[in-house]
Amino acid sequence: MLKPKHFFLLPALLTLAAIILFPLVFTVRVSFSSWDVYQAGLDFIGGRNYARLFEDTRFWESLLRLSGMSLITVTLQYVLGFALALAVWKKMRGGRIFRVLFLVPMMTTPVVMSVIWRTVFHESLGPANDLLSMVGIGPVPWLSSAAGAFISVVIVEVWQWTPFMFLLLLAGLVSLPREPYLAAAIDGASPARTFWQVTFPLMAPISIGAIIIRLIEASKIMDTVYVMTSGGPGTATETPSYYIYIRGLRDFQVGYSAALSLAYLVLMIITLTIIAKVLMRFLVGKET
Amino acid sequence: MKRISSTLTIAAMLTSTAMPAAVQAEADYSKYGIAKDIPGSCSYAAIDAKDYSGQTLNVITHAIPVIGEPTALHAEQFSELTGAEVNVVHVPFGDLFQRIMIPFQSGQNAYDVLFYASLWIGDFNRFLAPVPEAYTASSGMADVTDSFKGVATWNGQMIQYPMDGDRHYLKYRTDVFDNPEMQAKFKEATGRDLAVPTTWEEYNEVASVFSGFDWDGDGELNYGSAEVAKRDDLMFSAFISRAAPYAKHPDVGGGFFFDIETMEPLINTPGFVRGLELFVEAQQAFPPGGTNFGLGDEIFSFGGGQTLMSYSWDDAFIQAQQDGSRIRNAVGAAPLPGAKQVWNRETGEWDSFDEPNRAPYMTWGWSSAVSKESENQEMAFDFLCFFSNEANTFHDLQIGRFGVNPYRDSHFDSAFWQGLGWDADVADSYVTTLSEMEDSTNRVYDLRVPGVGQFMSSMANGVAEALAGQKSPQEALDGVADEWSDIVERIGADRLREAYANVVRLEDNEG
Repeated sequence: MLKPKHFFLLPALLTLAAIILFPLVFTVRVSFSSWDVYQAGLDFIGGRNYARLFEDTRFWESLLRLSGMSLITVTLQYVLGFALALAVWKKMRGGRIFRVLFLVPMMTTPVVMSVIWRTVFHESLGPANDLLSMVGIGPVPWLSSAAGAFISVVIVEVWQWTPFMFLLLLAGLVSLPREPYLAAAIDGASPARTFWQVTFPLMAPISIGAIIIRLIEASKIMDTVYVMTSGGPGTATETPSYYIYIRGLRDFQVGYSAALSLAYLVLMIITLTIIAKVLMRFLVGKET
Repeated sequence: MKRISSTLTIAAMLTSTAMPAAVQAEADYSKYGIAKDIPGSCSYAAIDAKDYSGQTLNVITHAIPVIGEPTALHAEQFSELTGAEVNVVHVPFGDLFQRIMIPFQSGQNAYDVLFYASLWIGDFNRFLAPVPEAYTASSGMADVTDSFKGVATWNGQMIQYPMDGDRHYLKYRTDVFDNPEMQAKFKEATGRDLAVPTTWEEYNEVASVFSGFDWDGDGELNYGSAEVAKRDDLMFSAFISRAAPYAKHPDVGGGFFFDIETMEPLINTPGFVRGLELFVEAQQAFPPGGTNFGLGDEIFSFGGGQTLMSYSWDDAFIQAQQDGSRIRNAVGAAPLPGAKQVWNRETGEWDSFDEPNRAPYMTWGWSSAVSKESENQEMAFDFLCFFSNEANTFHDLQIGRFGVNPYRDSHFDSAFWQGLGWDADVADSYVTTLSEMEDSTNRVYDLRVPGVGQFMSSMANGVAEALAGQKSPQEALDGVADEWSDIVERIGADRLREAYANVVRLEDNEG
């Protein structure tokens, strides 16, 4: 039964509806319209945009590309982030300074950093090829070959977001109980064995959380691609977010880009749910 | 007596109208950075006489510096002179279209004055106020070249206010072309005399020979060609420049991108394919990373002395001619290369030409307009007229980063450019190249139709796939043609045909 106290929830509910539900519902409605550069407004064209989406090979190719890119970047971020967190956790000399330094990439603006990295990778004028030439390595086509551009984007993503992984994992390490380590020390476990049989299992829930958060963020990669490669060469680094941006804001195919966005959202929810369940089963050993 | 009286009255009227102008013309406006005010309906003196106190003008323009900086400058001046409040919003190029289009589509009167890429006229024309006769009849407008008046015109009515003129042309290093040692080197490599390329095949050959060695003796490697090849960074314009002479037959009218009768895309016909094949081949003479060059990289590469040749807008040439440039007065301008084999879509055969077929590309440039919904149209047009008055334009032309390029007959005056420190032969080559494009009868214009962004984005993607080796030129352009057919179907063939007729009229020299 509705009581006066329930009305105190109303402001929060209305805010929620305004900032989350309305844009979502509106996007769903737009996705069933032909809203584009000439036809503005919400006509109804049924599922034509969704049918078109299934035949859009460029979109599906970008999804496949993103899967590979996310897998590589998040794996590298996790491994490096964990290693750095372990190093700082062990009270290494100058640990406090390193903690701050490690966080700097994450705190910089992605667009600005992408511009700087684009300059670093500039094949004629950038320092990357200059440095490589000093050790006898010829000019690397960082941004003008498909493989080079892909690797460049991966490098920037790893550089920028490893600190985030580091931060979460360090927080997890700091909060671990001391008893299992005392027990391991009494049993004479080696550092490696302590890591694999104590630290890693204890860190599994936090690791899964960190990986899922990073996968969600990685799936939205846009600014790095936009600034560094514009999705090229060809379509070698085109991701779904960038493709949707082109369709929506460059081509002004508002209805179609809404359909792309929703399809992408649904695919991401399904994929990330499956990944989370698989990780839980293998790392923690139970269903969520 | 009566006659004398009326004569005196007319004289008095003339005096009363002329006197303030004369007085104002003598006023000193040099604090605004101009050499002197030039009399006209939108001169400093004329605008100074207007009072827009208490009124507000909202302007949307490109980010600083290109067009954005002169907009801000002249907005401030206009505000000082008239008392109007002028709000200027600067938007990066990638966002400009949607920032203008969304208020238009949603019926908001967000901006009175708009600065944007002129090829968007196909999308924006429904929302723009026609330029009143008082402005179309002004002396400043009379001096605008016919081609740029054409660019501003839609269905016979001027709806854009010309304030910039753009075209693609060839830029090259005269110090290399005139160097006997380099001439000998080229002769040895090719058996031909070194000359400014007149076809794209020659361009690729010259670029290839002068790529990968230090021909200017500065200790750094040099390369043959800098081109805008980065997808989504105006690369579509570079491709049009390269394909135009193969696909634009001087004796075949009725459409360059489409057959206007059927609205069938022509983008995968042999002329375009040949242009793309040569674009792909040209990559071997690009500097390292050249396939990822945007416009800024191209300007820097040629303007900075790294490459022998380049073609695109004025910027790289102006950059090379800036004070302090190490290649100042060592550059020349020439028409875009042509083609000796031109695809005739009427006969379905290649036609041979003794003299290369040239198809100057009057590529999109900046334009301006007033919103139909604006409640301050008179003030808005006064602002645009002031922005582009003769004194301001001569000032803006001198500053490369402003992005304002010649669009009036008076701008094709070699003496003006020599006054900026350009050597006579450099200024002559620049002025001659630009002015001769105005006389061509085989020009190519942008696809100024609704959804031009979709068409160009699709084309850029196809060209990028070919440049990256993901598809052959024919496969890539077949894919583009399929996408174009889908776009035509979605937007409507009749609607597009009606809009495209405006482009075809310009290309077929029908006004």
